[in-house]
Amino acid sequence: MNDSIVEIKKITKKFSKVIANKNVSFNIRKNSVHALLGENGAGKSTLVKILYGLLKPDSGTILYNNDLLNITSPSDAKKKGIGMVFQHFSLFESLTVRENLILGIDEKISYSNLNKKLNDISSRYELPLDLDAPIVTLSAGEKQRVEIVRILLQDPQLLIMDEPTSVLTPQEVINLFKTLNALIKEGRTILYITHKLEEVINLCDEVTIMRNGEVIDTCLIENQTAESLATKMLGEKLGEIKTDYSHVSDNINFEVLNLSTTYNDPFFTDLKNIQFDVKEGEIYGIAGVAGNGQSELMDILTGENTIIDSGSIIFNKINIERFNPKKRRDLSIAFVPENRLGHSAVPELTLSENILLSQFPNNNFISNGIINHQNIESHVNKVISEFNVVASGSEALASSLSGGNLQKFVIGREILSHPKLLIISHPTWGIDAGAEFAIRESLINLSKQGTSIIVLSQDLDELFEITHRIAVIFNGSLSNSYRTKDVNIEKIGLLMGGHKNA
Amino acid sequence: MLNYFPSVVVRDKPSVFINILVPVIAVILTLLTGSIIFYIMGFNPFFALYTFFISPISNAYGISELLLKATPLALIAIGLAFCFKNNIYNIGAEGQLTMGAIFGGGIGIYFYDVNGFWLLPLMIIGGAIGGALWGLIPAFLKIKFNTNEILTSLMLVYIALLILDYLVVGPWKDPNGYSFPKTRSFSESGRMPLLFQGLRVHLGLIITLVLIFISWFVFSKTMFGFQLKVSGYSPIAARYAGFSQNALIYSAFAICGACAGIAGLGEVSGPIGLLYRDISPNYGFTAIIVAFLGRLHPFGIILAALVIALTYLGAEDAQLFMQIPAAVGFVFQGLVLFYLLGAELLINYKIVFKK
Repeated sequence: MNDSIVEIKKITKKFSKVIANKNVSFNIRKNSVHALLGENGAGKSTLVKILYGLLKPDSGTILYNNDLLNITSPSDAKKKGIGMVFQHFSLFESLTVRENLILGIDEKISYSNLNKKLNDISSRYELPLDLDAPIVTLSAGEKQRVEIVRILLQDPQLLIMDEPTSVLTPQEVINLFKTLNALIKEGRTILYITHKLEEVINLCDEVTIMRNGEVIDTCLIENQTAESLATKMLGEKLGEIKTDYSHVSDNINFEVLNLSTTYNDPFFTDLKNIQFDVKEGEIYGIAGVAGNGQSELMDILTGENTIIDSGSIIFNKINIERFNPKKRRDLSIAFVPENRLGHSAVPELTLSENILLSQFPNNNFISNGIINHQNIESHVNKVISEFNVVASGSEALASSLSGGNLQKFVIGREILSHPKLLIISHPTWGIDAGAEFAIRESLINLSKQGTSIIVLSQDLDELFEITHRIAVIFNGSLSNSYRTKDVNIEKIGLLMGGHKNA
Repeated sequence: MLNYFPSVVVRDKPSVFINILVPVIAVILTLLTGSIIFYIMGFNPFFALYTFFISPISNAYGISELLLKATPLALIAIGLAFCFKNNIYNIGAEGQLTMGAIFGGGIGIYFYDVNGFWLLPLMIIGGAIGGALWGLIPAFLKIKFNTNEILTSLMLVYIALLILDYLVVGPWKDPNGYSFPKTRSFSESGRMPLLFQGLRVHLGLIITLVLIFISWFVFSKTMFGFQLKVSGYSPIAARYAGFSQNALIYSAFAICGACAGIAGLGEVSGPIGLLYRDISPNYGFTAIIVAFLGRLHPFGIILAALVIALTYLGAEDAQLFMQIPAAVGFVFQGLVLFYLLGAELLINYKIVFKK
């Protein structure tokens, strides 16, 4: 007797260079809440996209109710009784709830029957809805309810939920869990994708942990603790740490005090009382799973967003929280945001032109508003040669460079302007190992020259390799800082999973 | 079922070659379509195209008329390039042109019986200020209230036209004009000097060429031009660089308005010599086509202005010699824009035929 609703067998999926899923196998028991746990980039999304018919696996099979699942689109999946609630809503903002729900239905249904069905679903699963309200007036939690009701109209047996609580308030999370429990009572199955340890322990029956595209373990929740899950999620990454503290001075040159901001937007994370300081020559790491406030914090540190509720940012005794990026560069603060294309570099422009995006007082790229092409040219060539950027020359379009080479170019551009403080987000995200090594080395060398560096990253290997101190951001709050040499990975893992008693 | 339709596939990177070729493709397709239209109307298409595009410029007078019409088109289009490069869709140049004519022309009317070398420069500055101020209104609304500049700048066109209407039938009406809706004529020194005796092309052409050269310099050599470009490609990168988005919006609108204002003043102090209701045959709108046909590049805009100016002349000749309604000229302008926008698809996509 087989009580599995889904059996995933040896699924492998490659994207041009990256293996997103490698021989992934596990079973989902019927009528259970099965968690899929892993860091960003562990391969969770790829796997559920295959299950939902959005992607085709390179090899491997999926059994669904003991039959081979052969689907090529989400509508096939829906017909088979698989529904999915995405992290980002796909609703028509200007239409009403009712209109959105009607659009999601394939079959012909009369208006009164639809109303009856909707009322039934609303009351059965505690999903109250105002059918005539336009979507645009709803909160994130209400929008998610519309999404869930839309899926439930199809009467799915398996419901996939992708990070459903990331946009919800705590009260809304409680309501969502009530709904999910009601669904389970009816014999449905839920595949719950998350990186939050607490949710796994409170809600789920079984958990599959993925890391780097592979399944690490599938186990019952009752045997697990937050600590054991964190270790599985992050791995025993640490070798010997040889952090060199000798060049870190006692002089604090950068401080963030009691920084708070609120956004009235569910896709932004409010920052709560962020506080930290960085010493001269120190590399300070901020770890955390993506979406916990890193990009919001980065925007405030760079000055791209200067609207904050409270708090101050002090650099060498100057309050800079109201300064725009240009003014901060005038103080010799350099930035490398996470996104290369369209943020730290413009793909449609040449490397020479991209140099101009980030100007420091000592650059002399401009005199009286007129561009000095010679100075730029020599700077570009210096960046290209010192950072081994593979490019056809200074007139190459930024879009013609590989990710790693463009990142080396951007980081080289900032480092060669000799900043006193470098703020860098995900320095080696999405680039090859060679470039990764070169970039980490250049950051360490920069710190030895007395530059303070703040690194935001989700890559713990990276943070443990290069930082002197480390803190974790979770849900907009920053933990205490720990000396990288003295902290263990389990503790960081628990903090990243939102486990408060770390 | 076999599908014989070719499919549209994304290019790996935008094609630079096609980018240059797009205006040429658009012009060729326009001529082909035009021939078909003429043929359906019962004309020999070759004769019609000759009448439309060759005969108007077969003598010095024709060339002068071509330059006369191309001048405001090129001047407005180069101003629009400042906006369009920054992804600001100012389509209210016609209104800015009208305001320039009102401000500059107002000075001319005030000094209708005074002569002096200073008068024309003063009128030109007045025209530039009038156009710039009118352009700054949608900029202000966009920045303060996040309004869509396409709508506000367009609506301001009609307001400007109605103000002009009011002035020429009301307070500024020529007291000796037998109640015609026109103002007094400007004094002799309030007129644009003619470049050649007997031809209507005037100093405005030189001013336009100088301003186009300056624009080329700004676009390619200055930080301001670079900021416009970056902000157009990626506002996020512009924010990262610390460029002030608001300052860029204000200055793009002000420059565009000033160019359109000078063009408007050039019309009234050039061939017309006074203010009346219909000072512009939609130059402000047609210049949008010129700007895109010229790929927002100063040199391209000069060529495009000549091509589009020719459709104005051709339409007049066609009406005269073939009794075709002059509106056919607008049909040609519309076709050019239509094919231009269509052909732009080929920059980022290619068409693949199935075997």
